[in-house]
Amino acid sequence: MTSGYIQAQFLDTTGVHTLLTETLHLAPWAAVTVECLLVGVGILLVYALLALFYIYYERKLCAAFQCRLGPNRVGPWGLLQSFADMFKMLIKEIIHLNHIDRFLFALAPYLVIIASVMAFAVLPWNDGVQIIDFNIGIFFLIAVSSIGVLGILLAGWSSNNKFTLIGSLRSGAQMVSYELSIGLSVITMVCLAGTMSVTGIVQEQSDLWFIFKGHVPALIAFVIYMIAGTAETNRGPFDLPEAESELTAGYHTEYSGMHFGFFYLAEYLNLFIVSGVASLLFLGGWQPLHIPSWDGFNMVMDYIPGFIWFLGKCFLLSYVIIWFKWTYPRLRIDQLLALEWKYLLPINLFNLVLMVLVIVFGLHF
Amino acid sequence: MANITDIIAGLFPGISVDTPEKSAPVVTVDDSKWHEVAAALRDTKGLQMDYLVTIVGMDWPEGLGCMYYLMSSVTNEIVGVKVLAKGDREQPSITSVADIWKVATLYEREVYDFFGIVFVGNPDMRRLFLSIDWKGYPLRKDYDANPDLNPVSIESERQSDFTSTYSRNADGTLAKEDVRVFQPEDFVVNIGPQHPATHGVLRFRTAIDGEEIKKIDVYMGYIHRGVEKLCEGLTYPQTLHFMDRLDYFSAHNYHHALCLLIEKAAGIEISRRAQVIRVMMDELSRIASHCLFVGTFCMDLGATTMLFYTLRVREQILDIMEKTCGARMTFNYDCIGGVMADLHPDFVKDVKELLAVIPRNVKEYNDLFTGNVVARNRLSGVGILSREDAIGYGVTGPSGRASGWACDMRKLQPYSIYSELQFDEVVATEGDSMARFKCRLDEILQSARILEQLVDNIPDGEYLVKVPKVLKLPQGAWFQVTEGCRGAFGLYLESDGSTKPYRLKIAPPCLPQAAVVDHITRGYKIADLITIGGSMDYIVPDIDR
Amino acid sequence: MEVTTKSMPYEAWKDNEYIEKLVNELRESGTNVVVGSLDKLINWGRSNSIWPLTFATSCCGIEFVSLGAARFDMARFGWEVARSSPRQADFMMVAGTIVHRMVPVFRRLYDQLAEPKYVIACGSCAISGGPFRNSYHVAKGIEDIVPVDVFLPGCPPRPEAMIYGIMQLSRKIKVERFFGGVNRQEKQREFLESHPVEGVED
Repeated sequence: MTSGYIQAQFLDTTGVHTLLTETLHLAPWAAVTVECLLVGVGILLVYALLALFYIYYERKLCAAFQCRLGPNRVGPWGLLQSFADMFKMLIKEIIHLNHIDRFLFALAPYLVIIASVMAFAVLPWNDGVQIIDFNIGIFFLIAVSSIGVLGILLAGWSSNNKFTLIGSLRSGAQMVSYELSIGLSVITMVCLAGTMSVTGIVQEQSDLWFIFKGHVPALIAFVIYMIAGTAETNRGPFDLPEAESELTAGYHTEYSGMHFGFFYLAEYLNLFIVSGVASLLFLGGWQPLHIPSWDGFNMVMDYIPGFIWFLGKCFLLSYVIIWFKWTYPRLRIDQLLALEWKYLLPINLFNLVLMVLVIVFGLHF
Repeated sequence: MANITDIIAGLFPGISVDTPEKSAPVVTVDDSKWHEVAAALRDTKGLQMDYLVTIVGMDWPEGLGCMYYLMSSVTNEIVGVKVLAKGDREQPSITSVADIWKVATLYEREVYDFFGIVFVGNPDMRRLFLSIDWKGYPLRKDYDANPDLNPVSIESERQSDFTSTYSRNADGTLAKEDVRVFQPEDFVVNIGPQHPATHGVLRFRTAIDGEEIKKIDVYMGYIHRGVEKLCEGLTYPQTLHFMDRLDYFSAHNYHHALCLLIEKAAGIEISRRAQVIRVMMDELSRIASHCLFVGTFCMDLGATTMLFYTLRVREQILDIMEKTCGARMTFNYDCIGGVMADLHPDFVKDVKELLAVIPRNVKEYNDLFTGNVVARNRLSGVGILSREDAIGYGVTGPSGRASGWACDMRKLQPYSIYSELQFDEVVATEGDSMARFKCRLDEILQSARILEQLVDNIPDGEYLVKVPKVLKLPQGAWFQVTEGCRGAFGLYLESDGSTKPYRLKIAPPCLPQAAVVDHITRGYKIADLITIGGSMDYIVPDIDR
Repeated sequence: MEVTTKSMPYEAWKDNEYIEKLVNELRESGTNVVVGSLDKLINWGRSNSIWPLTFATSCCGIEFVSLGAARFDMARFGWEVARSSPRQADFMMVAGTIVHRMVPVFRRLYDQLAEPKYVIACGSCAISGGPFRNSYHVAKGIEDIVPVDVFLPGCPPRPEAMIYGIMQLSRKIKVERFFGGVNRQEKQREFLESHPVEGVED
């Protein structure tokens, strides 16, 4: 690979590279540009498809929790429902408002979606199937995913609407707080892995997943990560920024058409990213379930391809997140912050120390 | 009864106390003495008329005036007070009693809106339901209903930041003073009329400081349909169908109430079978209504799934009703002289099936929501309404009972066959949102208990007695309070002897519940406004009529 | 061309003459293949994704809630994404009486909906004022305030009737044209021009 740390390995990319440089006689920089574009298109496609599937997934799941059927008319089993929604949203009018900050208003949805696409790019789908991989991958992931909050803040501020303003202020307070928990629980796991590289973390779990390996502290970190991750994605019971019954539609009240569509897609994809990160930190990413000294079992597990493992874990974790969205009532803003600063943060710090002790004394498996 | 009238006559010698046969005693007071009498009525031992049920604005042939209906939370007696307005029709005025009964502020605004009677001393003398540019006072008998005067306009309504209060000058003329509703530095957020959590088209102008609520100005009238005026143009049987459309969850209860009042006035005795059927329908609606409350309340708090579990029971009840009444809502089932149609043959079987599932469902709701730590934190200690305030603001029904005020009219003013039935009045003392929520859940079980007593004992007989085709009521006035699903439902009927009511005043339970929101939300967060509003469980068409 | 929806035979519809008229109009105007198939794709998206605005003033709103519940489950058709913000909704189910004070608010909500937008007049109050027609404070139907696509009689209409009504709307969308030609949107524009709101900036 000549293209630095961009390793587009969905296909055998060396073939593509050879095709571009040798058959088409492109200069190396041109070849890299073309490759980057291809990767970009590919990632956006997968992103959109996955987000649409997630919308369908949530609607079906929520219907199941509520003793309903859910979408079943458009396409087989209603599979095409979210595609129809997206088609409609693409051609729906984007309302131009007066008395708003037009530039920021237009910028906000793109910030949100860029943040989630960049975070999405870090996720490893299988051994080597990953777009960006470098030594501080997980750090990069945390960094880019927090750009999203900027988009939300801007959306709320630039709309010149009191509801959106309250929504975005809430979201600012919420995200900044919960970012801490996410960061700390990630650091806890990084301690165990001894590397910040995403591939490295996954590789470390080839014999046993971290959630088993790090036993008590890993379990605590996992629970905290799931809570904070849900809060980070603005999903119930932490959906205060868009609390429907309080702020109509929260920070994106004034957005219409595809601008709203971006928020909508990003919300669902962030759900995927949170479950993806959780699965790679705690459940071994694309690593099959291995139990030391059960060789027969491990071999059988190896036959299941890595990306199925990865997607399966993501869907399972998303299922849990969706489950508590549809079960719990929403928290109030002060309770939400109290939960973070009074409970999760101290527990997290304590847990980090515990993890270090576990590692130092070699108490993990 | 005699006791009350004696005390009043003893207190104010020379006051005229009228004791009609089928209604509460009526005291006639001159406006100059009214404030003094009102204070005495509230504070004198033995009277303690601390609950103002309603103020009925009236346009009598002898002039404009008001009927005040008071009830005591101690003796449970009802007394009416008749006050004639001072001044001509251009600017009639009555002394305000807003400082004696808190809810009077709003009731007086309503009378001002409909009759143009100015209440001297009321701190907030704005129109309530109609816009400030509305021409005329619609419930006056000489109101010009020409639609050109008040056309339907798509232009935004003019709004004023000021309210007025009136005082009397020495020469008897009125002096007007403008007062700001909100201070210029207030950050006012408009919640409603189109808002998912206001349960319809209610509007709160909310001054907030960060997330904290400083003041709420409740704006009503977005679904004011003028039912009281419409009733004056219809015959008695025709007025009934409006009762379905006020609080559409208490459709049976409200119907029942108006039928009772008309039957009482006309002296019609209905069969026992009809009475049992009516009570059973009332209790079925109460269960359905409370179920929907639980669902929508939880949905407001973000737990959407509960709605689907509670609607399951509601659908089952609607099925039972549909078989007998032929409709899912707006049943129009109770009628003067009994009920419209006999029970469906499956009724008993269906009710038994329902009774079998109710305890299981209530347990499920408790497991899912009441015990949930998030729900407990959101509800406990939020929106505390003291007993005194509940009475002062006239908050009845489960909301009032959650504050420790035993105000179930089925117990206090027993009507129909309620005095023979065994059921407990659910009363809590906490007065917070959790108590209001739990009271309703417990009432579901009590209603089920009533149904259990009746389901096997539906007597035979006719379901509808013969009533004259053209129903004329004798001259007179009647007042009655019954229990709807959301609280005390007062009805005042005045007849001039014709086939149409001279005045039919509906005193809904939801109006005071919306009025009290300002008082109990101050200092709480925006999210708590939703909780408190939801736990009050008002229905906006019932507020606005 | 028989305009229908999944699992509903053409004969089961009650007002096929009306739709046939629209279809004929479409045919007469003619269009080329590319644009035609693009239109089909767009209409497939639009007609299958009709998001309601959470808007209810009275009794009909409760039946609309029932429509969303497990028994009638409008989610089957993809209508359950009720948006609270009018910017993101596709149609307004005018469930309940519209009174004088509500009219400007209602009209503003309609104006805030993003194109393409549709209105269903649900229940007799929205259609004509219903039992409150003679009142001093009730608009006699919403037809004078906003253009209406589907009238849904009943007091309140049963949830089944509401499903039928929204399906009719979906059918109507199917014969619409996005690129030029006979378009409902033009009729809507005519209406709005003849009923202007003064002094509104956006």
